[in-house]
Amino acid sequence: MEFLQSLLGPLWPLVWTLVKIVVIVGPLLLAVAYVTYAERKVIGYMQVRIGPNRVGPLGLLQPIADGVKLMMKEIIIPSGANKKLFLLGPVLAMAPALAAWAVVPFSPELVLANIDASLLYIMAITSMGVYGIVLAGWASNSKYPFLGAMRSAAQIVSYEIAMGFALVGVLMAAQSLNLVEIVNAQKGTTFFSWYWLPLFPMFVVYLVSSVAEINRAPFDVAEGESEIVGFHAEYSGMAFAVFFLAEYANMILVATLSSLLFLGGWLPLFDIAPFNWIPGFFWLMAKICFVLFLFLWFRATFPRYRYDQIMRLGWKVFIPVTLVWLLVVGGMMQTPLGYLFH
Amino acid sequence: MNAQMLIFYLFATILLFAAVRVVTARNPVHSALYLVLSFFTAAALWIMLQAEFLAIVLVLVYVGAVMVLFLFVVMMLDINYDTLREGFWSNLPFALTVAILMAAEMVVVLAGRDFWANGSGSVPTLHGPGYSNTKELGRLIYTEYVYPFEIASVILLVAIVAAIALTLRRRKDTKFQDPAAQIAVRRNDRLRIIPVAADTKLMKKPEDAPQSEQTS
Repeated sequence: MEFLQSLLGPLWPLVWTLVKIVVIVGPLLLAVAYVTYAERKVIGYMQVRIGPNRVGPLGLLQPIADGVKLMMKEIIIPSGANKKLFLLGPVLAMAPALAAWAVVPFSPELVLANIDASLLYIMAITSMGVYGIVLAGWASNSKYPFLGAMRSAAQIVSYEIAMGFALVGVLMAAQSLNLVEIVNAQKGTTFFSWYWLPLFPMFVVYLVSSVAEINRAPFDVAEGESEIVGFHAEYSGMAFAVFFLAEYANMILVATLSSLLFLGGWLPLFDIAPFNWIPGFFWLMAKICFVLFLFLWFRATFPRYRYDQIMRLGWKVFIPVTLVWLLVVGGMMQTPLGYLFH
Repeated sequence: MNAQMLIFYLFATILLFAAVRVVTARNPVHSALYLVLSFFTAAALWIMLQAEFLAIVLVLVYVGAVMVLFLFVVMMLDINYDTLREGFWSNLPFALTVAILMAAEMVVVLAGRDFWANGSGSVPTLHGPGYSNTKELGRLIYTEYVYPFEIASVILLVAIVAAIALTLRRRKDTKFQDPAAQIAVRRNDRLRIIPVAADTKLMKKPEDAPQSEQTS
């Protein structure tokens, strides 16, 4: 490594950062592929089916086959579409989903950029994902994708508020905006010291709003593949696949964030012998898998919300609940019982 | 020229290009998107000034929420580009006068010594690695400037309430759900069990039933 460092000279930091980005994005895309496989298998078993089992042993090569199929397909650009924006849409959906991973810590040391305001950075970057959807709907120059994009944009903007308030609760408890410090602030002997317990209403609001943010069932009115036409109706081939990749990358991102913010990140379940022998990285992965499983479970078991019910839940239930709990956390921190909320 | 200056000029070029395109783009949606790009590049420049909190909030509020709603409205409007550009040349002298006036005022303000905090007219002071813009801003807002800050927030709240109150029209034919009433509903509210006497007229004995249909 020192040899390379001397060889590249001033370019070394750039190259080294690029290497680190590849090390994060590569496994992430592989994980995205296998979340689609897990989704089909899990929902399959929940509905007493087998799921994909033809390509490779246990159907394990199915995501690869799907990827190859989508890459071989032609990207059709509608003649009335705005060509540049039509192609920019998927890019703008994908870029924030990947850029947010720059500040996500995988263990106390393993983080690409350990910046002070990493929680704010993630909120800002993920709030830009909506542009991909809005542009895709508008640039298609078609009524139904446009309506889908409108539904989705209104939904994402509404739920961002509740999500933001839930995060404010976390940073009040941790007294930091840095993700590493937020996880370290949850340190205790058992899993009762993690923030899911003192901030339980926030945890529920965050989990449900993040499902709405990534447009997944039961809040998937943006797509609704089976009944109502969604924003990517005019997309085909790889352009469509990029939207899909972005959705699943976002899904893994919110699962990671809820593990870091509310489920103790890399902290072990109990801080005693057999549990704290396991490296923190595996604890984090286990928690991410658990939250992802919850998302798949939601999709398999809940019917889709109607549009006005989605809006009611976001504005009239979640925002007041988080506001009340902010007052509770802020008030309790001034009392002798404040240690419960730190 | 070091790397930092290179990055600055790169962002500055993008910012100026995007700002010019906001007014020159033919399509209003393109204009709105160029405005998004210029906000984003401005945020990058603010980060270079170590104002990371302001930069991130600019992206979060303006790019993530305000411009989405802007885009929403612009996309819904059916704008005729030709009528929009009709009065361009006749309005140009007036617009130019205003623009030159504004530029002149900016020059007067920025050239004056009083504008610069350290009086030297140079770049702001460079802070060490431990410096947190978020913390410094929070400390200032909630200690030294707590009253102006709270008054400003109350004014904003009043503006929000006023905007809603001015535009709210109560329509009588609006249909809505009352989930509390839906949940509180009991069987007796919806269901009525009526004792019905068995209708003997239609009940036929087996031998009376027509035989032909079964045999044929």
